[in-house]
Amino acid sequence: MREMNGFDEEQIGRLLRLLPPAPEGWVRAAQELPAARATLDELVARAEQDAEFQLQLRADLERAVAAAGYDPSPFVVSRLRRLLEEV
Amino acid sequence: MAVEQTDAQLVSRCRAGDPEAWNEFVERFSRYVYAICGRGFRLAQHDAEDVFQEVFARAFERLSELRSDDAVRPWLAMLTRRLCIDRLRLIARDTPSDSELDEAAADDVLGQLDDAMAVRDALDKVGDPCREILDRFFCRDESYRTIGERLDIPAGTIASRISRCLEKVRSELDGRNQASRPS
Repeated sequence: MREMNGFDEEQIGRLLRLLPPAPEGWVRAAQELPAARATLDELVARAEQDAEFQLQLRADLERAVAAAGYDPSPFVVSRLRRLLEEV
Repeated sequence: MAVEQTDAQLVSRCRAGDPEAWNEFVERFSRYVYAICGRGFRLAQHDAEDVFQEVFARAFERLSELRSDDAVRPWLAMLTRRLCIDRLRLIARDTPSDSELDEAAADDVLGQLDDAMAVRDALDKVGDPCREILDRFFCRDESYRTIGERLDIPAGTIASRISRCLEKVRSELDGRNQASRPS
């Protein structure tokens, strides 16, 4: 921790003001990352075994994910897009 | 007083797969990452949201690569900083303008945010009701009246409570500095 001596109450208040809460929806989405990671693993496994599903993902990724019954969250979509580009 | 886990303890629990630990991790660092995006690099809200999510996604994926669990905060700061700069360069490429990225100014703000996080840690140590009152007043910009209504305390006493709570936080910070100073 940096040396904080000499900070009076006014400065403490000013510093506290620098850290407002992040929007609740952003925090919730970040907290759901472990579940999104599990979804991603399932989708990747399915795409590896099912060529038709892989084609659907390449044609319209978000729609294919939703049609498969999963939430096309930004994390899932961005990671899946990257993986498809690499294949 | 509230018993707070250290950053290292929290990271260790995340690594062990404790499902509640990740929620706490996001809760603990969300303000910091949000402030770096918004105050440090002045990203527009939708750009800040993308960077915010990407920071936590990468943190989730790469937490095991962290060399020292104690270093999680500077690691997150560097990650957020890099992603903010990448985003600003992308924006500048798509819509060129005269304004240049001022990394030095952003780094000054990051220094202030580190101080703010230290104050925040002290506030967590002081615990409720001070944490709740100061958070509502300074961080959520609530009026005395709103705070009084939400916490069911007379609005006329809020100012003196804030003052006493700030004093407690200052004492906590002073105590930490004395404890960390070599004798």
